Amino acid sequence: MLKILKYSFYDLMRSRWSYVYFGFYLLLGVVLLFLNNDLSKAVITLMNVIIVLVPLIGTIFGVMYYYNSKEFTELLLAQPLKRSSIFLGQYLGVAISLSMSLILGLGIPFVFYGLFMSNAIWDFSLLLITGTFLTLIFTALAFNIALSNENRIKGFGYAILLWLFLAIIYDGIFLMSLILFADYPLDKLSLIGTMLNPIDLSRTLILLKLDISALLGYTGAVFKQFFGTNFGLIISFSALTLWVVLPVLRIAVKARKKDF
Amino acid sequence: MIKIKDLYKKFGKNEVLSGLNLEIGEGGIFAVLGPNGSGKTTLIKCLLGMVIPNKGEISVLGKNIKSGSGYRHKIDYLPQIANFPNNLRVKELITMIKDLRGKTDLDQELISLFKLEPFLDKKLGNLSGGTKQKVNLVLTFMFDSPLVILDEPTSGLDPISLLRLKKLIQAEKDKGKTILITSHIMSFVEEISDEIVFLLEGKIYFKGTITELKDKTKQPDFEHAIASILTENHA
Amino acid sequence: MILLKENDFILINFNFILKNKHYIIFFLTALLSLTNLWSKTITVCSSCTVKTIREAIQEASDGDTIVVKKGIYKEANLKIDKSITLIGEDHPTIDGEQKGEIITIGADNVTLDGFKIINVGVSYTTDYAAVRVVRSEGFTIQNLELEKLFFGIYLQKSNNGKVLNNTVRGEAVTEFNSGNAIHLWYCSNVEVRGNDVRNVRDGIYLEFSDQITIIDNFSKNNVRYGLHFMFSNDNSVTNNQFETNGAGIALMFSKFMDVEHNIITKNWGTASYGLLLKEVNDVNLKNNVFKENTVGITVEGSNRLVYANNDFISNGYALIVKGACYDNQIIANNFLYNSFDISYNGRIHDNKFDNNFWSNYTGYDLDKDGIGDVPYRPVKLFSYIVNRTPEAIILLRSLFIDIIDFSEKVSPVFTPDDLMDENPRMKRIDHDKN
Repeated sequence: MLKILKYSFYDLMRSRWSYVYFGFYLLLGVVLLFLNNDLSKAVITLMNVIIVLVPLIGTIFGVMYYYNSKEFTELLLAQPLKRSSIFLGQYLGVAISLSMSLILGLGIPFVFYGLFMSNAIWDFSLLLITGTFLTLIFTALAFNIALSNENRIKGFGYAILLWLFLAIIYDGIFLMSLILFADYPLDKLSLIGTMLNPIDLSRTLILLKLDISALLGYTGAVFKQFFGTNFGLIISFSALTLWVVLPVLRIAVKARKKDF
Repeated sequence: MIKIKDLYKKFGKNEVLSGLNLEIGEGGIFAVLGPNGSGKTTLIKCLLGMVIPNKGEISVLGKNIKSGSGYRHKIDYLPQIANFPNNLRVKELITMIKDLRGKTDLDQELISLFKLEPFLDKKLGNLSGGTKQKVNLVLTFMFDSPLVILDEPTSGLDPISLLRLKKLIQAEKDKGKTILITSHIMSFVEEISDEIVFLLEGKIYFKGTITELKDKTKQPDFEHAIASILTENHA
Repeated sequence: MILLKENDFILINFNFILKNKHYIIFFLTALLSLTNLWSKTITVCSSCTVKTIREAIQEASDGDTIVVKKGIYKEANLKIDKSITLIGEDHPTIDGEQKGEIITIGADNVTLDGFKIINVGVSYTTDYAAVRVVRSEGFTIQNLELEKLFFGIYLQKSNNGKVLNNTVRGEAVTEFNSGNAIHLWYCSNVEVRGNDVRNVRDGIYLEFSDQITIIDNFSKNNVRYGLHFMFSNDNSVTNNQFETNGAGIALMFSKFMDVEHNIITKNWGTASYGLLLKEVNDVNLKNNVFKENTVGITVEGSNRLVYANNDFISNGYALIVKGACYDNQIIANNFLYNSFDISYNGRIHDNKFDNNFWSNYTGYDLDKDGIGDVPYRPVKLFSYIVNRTPEAIILLRSLFIDIIDFSEKVSPVFTPDDLMDENPRMKRIDHDKN
């Protein structure tokens, strides 16, 4: 698997798209710093952007890479290699190269701006960790979609739909149901609702860091325990890990049964 | 060498292989023929483990292929359409495949045979179809495996390269290898193959030498023999 | 109505005192210079002739000084009814052994300096204090360390005194069985400076007290309020620091106040505020810092307030305006990284937001005059939703919420459409800090 990972990674590191993403994040970082003149504010703006954009890029790029490297995959399949290693290797290659684009693209301008000497460094690290998690999750979901759909157009369609659903529609439905059932105790429900969507989950992590003052204004005991202690942080990270593990497992299972 | 028993494969509602039995001995060149959709590629992919059959058993060199991917060390496979990662250089691709399968020294020989030296530092995305096919051939033949499977090996090749390929195949056969070929070019098949395996509607319709085929169909030449099988069965 | 009557009475009383003030002061100074001529010093220690503070007080007469040497003095219910000075050398401890009140001052011009006073009795019927000053003038209470207390320093109908540099450490858990560190009731002209009060109910409490100066104090971990005003007018609060209290400052039913250069941080909780303003009028709030509070300021039924040059940093809400607030001005403040800038109840709006810096502002400044070219609307639709359905807070910073906030911004339906800062600044304002 490591060999496949190595070659996929090399392949991607040289591809135009990696540079495009790297350049994009670099530009985003520079522009935000330039416009805000303030590290903390730039980090906050970035967080808002990252939790929406990283999933989109991860999904699209994952699906694209899978379909584009289909023939190469077939070449690999004829080699004495385990199927799961081929796909997991490719998956990790994509996910890691995307994460690298993110980390380097955002990291470089912030480091030059004096990140290490500011107290925004923890917020920024959290941002990168969350971004990496989201990349891992959405690339895995993209591979799942691509593995289940031979038709490229359909695959892309589902990928965009998935992103649209998790980034926007889900929260709309979530909010509607909260308002609709406002007469019932909702704190458990709303926490569960958050766990079921990796974008919301990452958002929660960021809220824990940025908006703890606002969150503590809420009276529910479950909320208090969740946000007021490390409990929330631990649960959120575990759930994120689960969100990585489950789709990756499905890649392995699906790959074993699939015809090429 | 290869034993296939009672092989079934369905894609959705479409049954491609329906109870195929085939035994291929050691040594010789076998051409797998059949009309479009008769299951040639599916059969080869089953052999390589790329398509998973619904039912039936396949063993290669006495080993059931379900027991692991190790048997593929004994197979050299030339895929039909060569499409490699565009950002890799030719040299890197060869190194990579060597890295994945093990060491070999045959690559130098093959590179000079197909005159690929000037392309070694080029990216695969910038190569022509024919050159890609040559790279494909190098990758296939550089491991000295007892079973060679060639899916449309002639596509995109210029006449000189075609000649070299034929020689190469003959040389491999003389080493005692078993070679499986699919091709649409009848003259190529007739010239090179020892035995024909003719697939029709997911089953082996005919297996034997070209002479036997001509006798069976009472046709003077190979192409007509094939044509007569098809017209008989589709009339 | 009863409340009003009481207030009227106090006003009359207060006027009477004012009228006769100069007589009183003249008399006092005369008395002071007279007694000083024959004043003596009594020393108290375990090996001295005078072994207890009680004895010393009995022996002393007006103008005398009692010096108490280091040691533990188990005494309670000490009544100081003479104009004397009590000084502790190296912080002697007075242990009240939970017997009730420890020191009660009932004479003018008493100075209490440098004691550690512990073990005040706790009662649900009487407000026992470590030091109580009753109907006295010209007192100075300084450098005390109070521990294991119920009430700390309790000033009752006493004027023209000072409470300086005292340290109070309570053990309060709930507000029902705890008292306040510094408590003023019907007092005026008192300076409360440099005290450090922690873990009590209210750090500093004022009721019916006017012309009080509260300056350079530090108030932390108090279960109710860091500083609490009830029916107290014309006071000033300057340069204090309030940290992790139930609420930083509560100003209720008071008027004509100046609250300046205070730092109020980390008041976290469901009913926590940096500053609670309830039915107060004519208050100046300037150059304060509100940082990391659940709510920076909550204001209700208050008029003619000026909020200027304050910093609101990383609060849940910077400012919650509840009903009936008119003619308030919110000018030249920094609103930085708050989850919500303003929450506003009701659609009637008569307050002025101008020239503030809002870190959430996304407008532009084409004419380069440092003022954004489009107004800023500090009230978001989402804050309305959260008011109705508090659990929805979990959707904060969601793209969906941003979209509905944006649509509300474009065409306000739920938020007052004239509530905006016409001149939002492009850059953070550097306030004068001292």
